[in-house]
Amino acid sequence: MIGGLFIYNHKGEVLISRVYRDDIGRNAVDAFRVNVIHARQQVRSPVTNIARTSFFHVKRSNIWLAAVTKQNVNAAMVFEFLYKMCDVMTAYFGKISEENIKNNFVLIYELLDEILDFGYPQNSETGALKTFITQQGIKGQTKEEQSQITSQVTGQIGWRREGIKYRRNELFLDVLESVNLLMSPQGQVLSAHVSGRVVMKSYLSGMPECKFGMNDKIVIDKQGKGGTTDEAAGKSSGKQSIAIDDCTFHQCVRLSKFDSERSISFIPPDGEYELMRYRTTKDIILPFRVIPLVREVGRTKLEVKVVIKSNFKPSLLAQKIEVRIPTPLNTSGVQVICMKGKAKYKASENAIVWKIKRMAGMKESQISAEIELLPTNDKKKWARPPISMNFEVPFAPSGLKVRYLKVFESKLNYSDHDVIKWVRYIGRSGIYETRC
Amino acid sequence: MTDSKYFTTTKKGEIFELKAELNSDKKEKKKEAVKKVIASMTVGKDVSALFPDVVNCMQTDNLELKKLVYLYLMNYAKSQPDMAIMAVNTFVKDCEDPNPLIRALAVRTMGCIRVDKITEYLCEPLRKCLKDEDPYVRKTAAVCVAKLHDINAQLVEDQGFLDTLKDLISDSNPMVVANAVAALSEIAESHPNSNLLDLNPQTINKLLTALNECTEWGQIFILDCLANYTPRDDRESQSICERVTPRLSHANSAVVLSAVKVLMKFMEMLPKDLDYYGTLLKKLAPPLVTLLSAEPELQYVALRNINLIVQKRPEILKHEMKVFFVKYNDPIYVKLEKLDIMIRLASQANIAQVLAELKEYATEVDVDFVRKAVRAIGRCAIKVEQSAERCVSTLLDLIQTKVNYVVQEAIVVIKDIFRKYPNKYESVIATLCENLDSLDEPEARAAMIWIVGEYAERIDNADELLESFLEGFHDESTQVQLQLLTAIVKLFLKKPTETQELVQQVLSLATQDSDNPDLRDRGYIYWRLLSTDPVAAKEVVLAEKPLISEETDLIEPTLLEELICHIGTLASVYHKPPSAFVEGSRGVQHRRIPPRAGSVESAESPDVGQSGSSEAPPAVIPSQGDLLGDLLNLDLAPPTSTVPSVQPSMQMGAMDLLGGGLDSLLGGDIGGSPSMGAGLGAAPTVMPAALGGAPAVGGGLGDLFDLGGGVGMPTGFYVVPKTMWLPAMKAKGLEISGTFARRGGIIQMDMSLTNKAMSVMTDFAIQFNRNSFGMAPAGPLQVLTPLSPNQTIDVSLPLSTNGPVMKMEPLNNLQVAVKNNIDVFYFSCQFPLSLLFVEDGKMERQVFLATWKDIPNDNEAQFQIKDVHLNSDAASNKLQGSNIFTIAKRTVEGQDMLYQSIKLTNSIWVLAEMRVQTGNPNYTLSIKCRAPEVCQFVYQCYEMVLKN
Repeated sequence: MIGGLFIYNHKGEVLISRVYRDDIGRNAVDAFRVNVIHARQQVRSPVTNIARTSFFHVKRSNIWLAAVTKQNVNAAMVFEFLYKMCDVMTAYFGKISEENIKNNFVLIYELLDEILDFGYPQNSETGALKTFITQQGIKGQTKEEQSQITSQVTGQIGWRREGIKYRRNELFLDVLESVNLLMSPQGQVLSAHVSGRVVMKSYLSGMPECKFGMNDKIVIDKQGKGGTTDEAAGKSSGKQSIAIDDCTFHQCVRLSKFDSERSISFIPPDGEYELMRYRTTKDIILPFRVIPLVREVGRTKLEVKVVIKSNFKPSLLAQKIEVRIPTPLNTSGVQVICMKGKAKYKASENAIVWKIKRMAGMKESQISAEIELLPTNDKKKWARPPISMNFEVPFAPSGLKVRYLKVFESKLNYSDHDVIKWVRYIGRSGIYETRC
Repeated sequence: MTDSKYFTTTKKGEIFELKAELNSDKKEKKKEAVKKVIASMTVGKDVSALFPDVVNCMQTDNLELKKLVYLYLMNYAKSQPDMAIMAVNTFVKDCEDPNPLIRALAVRTMGCIRVDKITEYLCEPLRKCLKDEDPYVRKTAAVCVAKLHDINAQLVEDQGFLDTLKDLISDSNPMVVANAVAALSEIAESHPNSNLLDLNPQTINKLLTALNECTEWGQIFILDCLANYTPRDDRESQSICERVTPRLSHANSAVVLSAVKVLMKFMEMLPKDLDYYGTLLKKLAPPLVTLLSAEPELQYVALRNINLIVQKRPEILKHEMKVFFVKYNDPIYVKLEKLDIMIRLASQANIAQVLAELKEYATEVDVDFVRKAVRAIGRCAIKVEQSAERCVSTLLDLIQTKVNYVVQEAIVVIKDIFRKYPNKYESVIATLCENLDSLDEPEARAAMIWIVGEYAERIDNADELLESFLEGFHDESTQVQLQLLTAIVKLFLKKPTETQELVQQVLSLATQDSDNPDLRDRGYIYWRLLSTDPVAAKEVVLAEKPLISEETDLIEPTLLEELICHIGTLASVYHKPPSAFVEGSRGVQHRRIPPRAGSVESAESPDVGQSGSSEAPPAVIPSQGDLLGDLLNLDLAPPTSTVPSVQPSMQMGAMDLLGGGLDSLLGGDIGGSPSMGAGLGAAPTVMPAALGGAPAVGGGLGDLFDLGGGVGMPTGFYVVPKTMWLPAMKAKGLEISGTFARRGGIIQMDMSLTNKAMSVMTDFAIQFNRNSFGMAPAGPLQVLTPLSPNQTIDVSLPLSTNGPVMKMEPLNNLQVAVKNNIDVFYFSCQFPLSLLFVEDGKMERQVFLATWKDIPNDNEAQFQIKDVHLNSDAASNKLQGSNIFTIAKRTVEGQDMLYQSIKLTNSIWVLAEMRVQTGNPNYTLSIKCRAPEVCQFVYQCYEMVLKN
């Protein structure tokens, strides 16, 4: 198991050092500093073995977090733990920076004592931790409160405490997708996939039982077959269903139920959390099509013309559109004309950056540029890196739709209808590239 | 108010001041002081002098202060054991506190104080806490048992804590169960013989129930523990798998990987024909792909594990090549691992895509990555034969870039390509030679020298090139020196006249002026060889080299099995068994995948199934400290065997006895060239007999021909019934029987491949050793679908006769290497010479007469063909079917004289005179040929054709 945990600043000075196992000595702290932080070369692996001691590290801005061990630990678990540690710290005091860590070092030690016992990760849900690690002392607690804390920390629903009350029961669902594309110059899709997340903010009283439904093809097909209801409806919804390649869930979701019935049921943590992640590769709506045209005029001139076409409902608006057209290293000057937005040649980035604030669906726009080149005797031809795009659209490119999110709380007197629900879809570009 | 100020105190006399503050009456001031102490401790200052003052602050109801004092205690108790006793009372008292958080804090801290005197005082409080009514205290106490065990194992056993801990596995609270499992697993690891984690179906059931309810970390502990269990039968393992699969959708990657570990291990026990087995295989791919969208560090861990999984079960991810394509902003460690997996997944189906990607990567910035990409192109060439040509031309393109390290890397891999496809791509040598001067790395220089030496006869200025290296001989690395020595000796053997001086020079450099014993020894051996018997030298130095196999970097199967049992852990990241990097007794246990019940494997190794509980199985894997033992093992146990080292030799013997007849028949074929024998390695006990028994084999085979009933084709080419060429037990379950036929002028090798192993076989390929008539496969071995267990497939391989020629003994012997995804296997078989009789073998009468006279009488051989009940015309017809043409017939005194001619593929003519006497079933056959060696075999063909 984890033998020790160290936090360093960018200079390699120790900010936090907590040793859990006898086999980890003080020299381990220095070994990591000398061999990794102060190493001349770039880090070649997140796992380093120095003198039979293994170091796992992650970096957040310029802070290094390192877990140390001499045993054959579960490496995936160690990294998951380090990420979790970062999440917990962020939830307590915001950004992970040297200043924040120094300001909260007592709190960090207290947390480390709680969430890692003898190197074994323990309950690390911030919701639960915040009930008893407060830096205020726990003097005032009654016996009932104390046992409530312990049963929550060790219980089946470690991520939520009892007795939460809201005057207004409300929940927000964000479907956040990033759409990735690699397209050939001729417009052929070489690879495309969507990785999506469903983020939920819940402000619900009590211990509500939730059920989440989306247009998952497997579920819809099953219903279509089994149900004797309106056939036409089944058909039309069958068309809109999407094939999900794989999905993973927050630990509150009952996985065995998903495995057997493919239904997503859970008791949500309070506040914001990520309910699920998913991947799709079939029938993706590509919000933009980029049509490049590059012509080499002699040895010292390039003519570039790029057309972008938006491919979604005219009533919707895409935002924050940015097209990045790479230019050769020996570019000496660029002249650009664009129909919409602003375009600039950025010499330091070797690219023309074309920005458009807003664009409606089913429109097209165009940019043309003349690139002057310095003559070189470099034999190597310009590799023509792909044209990349950034944007944000108000729909889910995978086609995912939230069908329902039902809330049941039998003990308190509010019903599913009383809960105010908000659903929002945001599709962003991931790596969205067209070769030219 | 912020805490960062505590880090800034650098005053002298600081300790003194702190002491005063610690003893202050004001609580706030005390707390401030303790914080300062902890801050100093963190940055590495020695504040142990304050021990008594800090411990004095322990008696407080301020929990924050208490925690700080405890933190201090844990750090310094060891250095002040006598003073630490002062703390005991507080602990004992705190363990009875009404607040469960305080009780737990006390028991948690107690275990971290490693002072012998104290530990015994802690047993009573711990015992109480293990049975505490509050689950939070119990789960903390469970871990405390592991802490105590680390300090004093005997004490824990004597106090009966282990039994209490075992009881906690049945606790009602899932987190208590999880921590108890974690503690027990750790303790059990240091007691490999104890029956601590007595896993039985009941406890497994409890664990599986807790699995659904506990925290993500608890799920990992439980899954890791489950992985050590060996199910009783395939039904139990299926039901466990069914209950573990939902974990594959967990957001925590470690839960997913641990679940994958359990599934990979247990599915080995499932029958392959089970529907569920296929379902499970399909379920594994998506979560593994999803792991690649995690944070980069986790991606790295996942990729290292996928690398193992792909080697064990390539079918899981074979369609997922694209997800391993490198992204521009992947960290370098992710890029390098992806590249490795891309090569492992490369196949004929996706090779074009892979090559395009690799070419792209070869122009990137990172030197290591570029090198690996170039190397990967070479490995593709070796792995996917159809792509070899494209790979070579890609490599040539890269050499043209003149980027130094790219060129060097390319030359190293081209050498490997030459070793795999000899005599095929020599046209590129000229290009390589152009870059000779730019090579500065030993490996590239050595590779280039090897190429020059190997193809010395085709490089006009080979001597000049090698001479240029010789100038700085002593500055070269050993690798280059050895290679240079061998290359010059090769050159000398090929062009003895011009290079005598050169070879003298290198031999004296190696033997007289070098301190390196390896170099000296090799030099002396060459010298002696050359001076005593140049012919022998030629045979040794220029001997046929075994072809390199495609995947040289595969992890050795036993190690792979062990690593599969360690999926997710450091061992799987390092690709080393835990014993290689963990000190002491911990983790040295070897884990293995349980075999399927009732399978062949389990019959071979009765010691499986106890891996968790009994003594660690004998170490087959070379551990670092065990090199000598390993060397000794080498002769006895082939490294491919998974059974302990003593058994293989015994089994060999047994197999030999059983297979008696079959072995002596076929065993002889294995002999072959010494290099092949060495490559075979698997059957040391058979070898001597096989070599000695070679002459007998011909006869034996002949007998077989006699027996093979008269099916065949009546008028066409006579086909011998299939005989067993490669028995399954010599080829890890692959059985090959076959025969040869000549159809429409094309020689064909008809084979039946049978899979008698438990796993699917794929990627078949075939190659022949050089042989007397230059027979070689005219195309690849077409086994399109994977060969499932117990399936037989018939293939026809067209052969050409344009391959390299080397005289074999016996003349019609053919040594064959067949490769599949498991290994390379060698066998040899003998073909009837009639295979080589060409259709245009009918000679003009005049020419026949002239030739007959021309061939000296010494070359004539006479044979008797007995018991043929055919008249001369029928015989002549029958022979014509096998391309033995009768040119003329003469009848003298009731005796028919048939004059016949045969032409072999290598244009050797064979003339024959067959005398048939009416009423006498015995024919007399005289054969004349310029190459008298063939007569015997031509006679065998007559015999074979006429009697069937």
